[in-house]
Amino acid sequence: MSLFKQLTDKPWERKGILGGLNPEGAFESPPERVALGFFLVIASVIFSLLGVSYVIRMSLPDWEPLADPSQLWLNTGLLFISSVLFQWARNTAKAGKQKNLITAFVGGGVFALLFIMGQMLTWDGLQEAGYFVTSNPANSFFYLLTGLHIAHLLGGLWVWSKTSIRLLSGGKPEDMSLSIELCTLYWHFLLIIWLVMFAVLSNT
Amino acid sequence: MAYVPLADQDSEMEMHHPHSWVTKYVWSQDHKVIAIQYGGLAIAVGVVALVLSLLMRMQLGFPETFDLIDPSSYYQSVTMHGMIMVVYMLTALLLGGFGNYLIPLMCGARDMVFPFLNMLSVWVYALSVIILMASFFVDGGPTGAGWTLYPPQTAMAGTPGHDMGIVLMLLSLAVFIVAFTMGGLNYVTTILQYRCRGLTMMRLPLTVWGIFIATILGLFAFPALLVSAIMMLFDMLLGTSFFMPAVIESGTPLDHNGGSPILFQHLFWFFGHPEVYIVALPAFGLVSDVLSTHARKNIFGYRMMVWAIIAIGGLSFIVWAHHMYVSGMNPYFGFFFATTTLIIAVPTALKVYNWVLTLWEGDIRLNAPMYFAIGFIFTFIHGGLTGLFLGNVVIDLPLSDTYFVVAHFHMVMGVSPVLVIFAALYHWYPKVTGRMFHEGMAKAHFWCTFLGTYAIYLPMHYLGFLGVPRRYYAMGSTDFIPESAQDLNVTITYAALFVGAAQLLFFINIFWSLRNGEKAGPNPWGSASLEWQTPDTPPVHGNWGDELPTVYRWAYDYSVPGAHEDFIPQNVPESVEPTADEQHFDPDHDTSKADV
Repeated sequence: MSLFKQLTDKPWERKGILGGLNPEGAFESPPERVALGFFLVIASVIFSLLGVSYVIRMSLPDWEPLADPSQLWLNTGLLFISSVLFQWARNTAKAGKQKNLITAFVGGGVFALLFIMGQMLTWDGLQEAGYFVTSNPANSFFYLLTGLHIAHLLGGLWVWSKTSIRLLSGGKPEDMSLSIELCTLYWHFLLIIWLVMFAVLSNT
Repeated sequence: MAYVPLADQDSEMEMHHPHSWVTKYVWSQDHKVIAIQYGGLAIAVGVVALVLSLLMRMQLGFPETFDLIDPSSYYQSVTMHGMIMVVYMLTALLLGGFGNYLIPLMCGARDMVFPFLNMLSVWVYALSVIILMASFFVDGGPTGAGWTLYPPQTAMAGTPGHDMGIVLMLLSLAVFIVAFTMGGLNYVTTILQYRCRGLTMMRLPLTVWGIFIATILGLFAFPALLVSAIMMLFDMLLGTSFFMPAVIESGTPLDHNGGSPILFQHLFWFFGHPEVYIVALPAFGLVSDVLSTHARKNIFGYRMMVWAIIAIGGLSFIVWAHHMYVSGMNPYFGFFFATTTLIIAVPTALKVYNWVLTLWEGDIRLNAPMYFAIGFIFTFIHGGLTGLFLGNVVIDLPLSDTYFVVAHFHMVMGVSPVLVIFAALYHWYPKVTGRMFHEGMAKAHFWCTFLGTYAIYLPMHYLGFLGVPRRYYAMGSTDFIPESAQDLNVTITYAALFVGAAQLLFFINIFWSLRNGEKAGPNPWGSASLEWQTPDTPPVHGNWGDELPTVYRWAYDYSVPGAHEDFIPQNVPESVEPTADEQHFDPDHDTSKADV
């Protein structure tokens, strides 16, 4: 039943088993995917509020735009490859194939780790060039936003490491399919967040 | 892909049956144990906050009498009282406590969707409480910046707890939000995906609807607090200037420059106003079920009640700046927020009418939970009406910094939810413990609390009209405030001490009744909703025995004409329905009432 139809239902009139003999689920989806969906909305709210704060703070007179470190392009490439590998792993697992699954899934996480290392090198480079966290609000936001993005990636890598261990110890693709799919969804989300963030940081 | 219910899975694997005392009562994954852990801890910190409020009242009633209350400890008490009550007590008790206990039972599920995450949630909550309480023991004590934690005052040397106190507060809030998110994801997913057969969304009791929408509000509003806490921690610890403007402290310029304190206020209240409804909506749901059960009548306007909860939830995100009228905002901005604030009164008033209409011609059973529930209608109407005053910019400006505001928000989100909490605690006590509480003691508790809180907050409205400023440690001598205002303050303090002491009745009652209360039986109130239909009372691990229930009707089949009893439980099949003739029951020709 559609959501609107459900909300206009008159429960005092209709008795009996509604919705057949299956238990009631609002979505045709495993609960893990529903929970991840909610989490992605929460994470979006966090980054959106930071975005709004960024725009408001930017309008104040002491704002100086951040120098655009070229290293970020390389990092973006690493995260993009990470996302592509996850997608590959997801397609492989969904097809029930074993071949290349470990390479793709583990490789996706490794590239995410490389992205994090790249981001940290960028921080080092900025510090050496004299752009400290307190130097200017644009710098403060850069460190804060990239730091929070890394924190989200680390959360994902924790789940990735658990799934990788199961995979490496002989887990079947069909048993791992959901975990791999959810990791992939999460990685795509973090790639999109990064792309938006990168566009904003390098153009303001 | 349809999910496989826990009952149909390998139950030993999935149910995490406890094997020792520790896994049964400490690291438990059973939603009922977690609920009691959440509730017990929330009530315990609530008592701390209550004691702090009594310290404040003693200072206001009898200034210059108590050496232990100086200006710093007064402001620290104000701050900690506010933050603990709103976040660590009300939010945790209503969602963590009642949410955990009632959601799986009312949904006919065996447990939450993610029991391990649920267990983690309560212990991370405990960690946040420990961090908060640690601030009482660090140098400088807890922060005294007021519960709104406005910068730059928070960080200035003149504010108590401006170094470690505020850092611990912000850290504790961040940890609390992590705990809430883990719990919240569980609540919404369980409600959406783990309902038993036949239990459509529109057959859910309003308690579940209130908790559901409040949890969604919490999940989307707490990020604003998290973001502002992290940014303020950066300002405090790393020396950034997100919120901190250029300030001179004791003649020395601080390192900060150019930050926006108003930005913090917007972020804080973007969380802060939905927080009001994070507390209120579960209370609305709980009180609806208590009223309906004890009035032996279906809740009036069920669909409207659901829609009103959803509407209030949506609107609560676009009213936040009414807390900031005095910040010097653009008049058009103020106009917008005044309008939305008045609009939110519409669904709220609708709920009040529906509660009253539920009582209308009901077969009301005036027992203790019902006392508290009806008491709530009174206090909520009072608190709500004063909200209409404060929602208007021109009236808010002169009243904003007075006791009128203190009176308003305590009536609407202090006393009202607390009365509902007591109603709910008494109402579900027999299910949780298997025993009845002492009715006389509970009623005495009601009258002391209800009349006592009126004696506290009603006079505060008049203090507000007189212009008595809130937040002041001592009034000193001010021309426009008559000396009689102090007499009122003394009276309020006596009332507050009385109400504080009266809460002992509650604690004595619930602990005494654990051993000495009468055996309750499975369904002492004759309630139709699912949680009262469990095979065991109190429900055992897994809730439902071998088979999950099947639901055939909504949760409010009370006094159905022609039915054998005055309630039909949700899991009773259609076949016991009254016949068609009986269904066309005409109350005007009801001979059974002829001699009444």
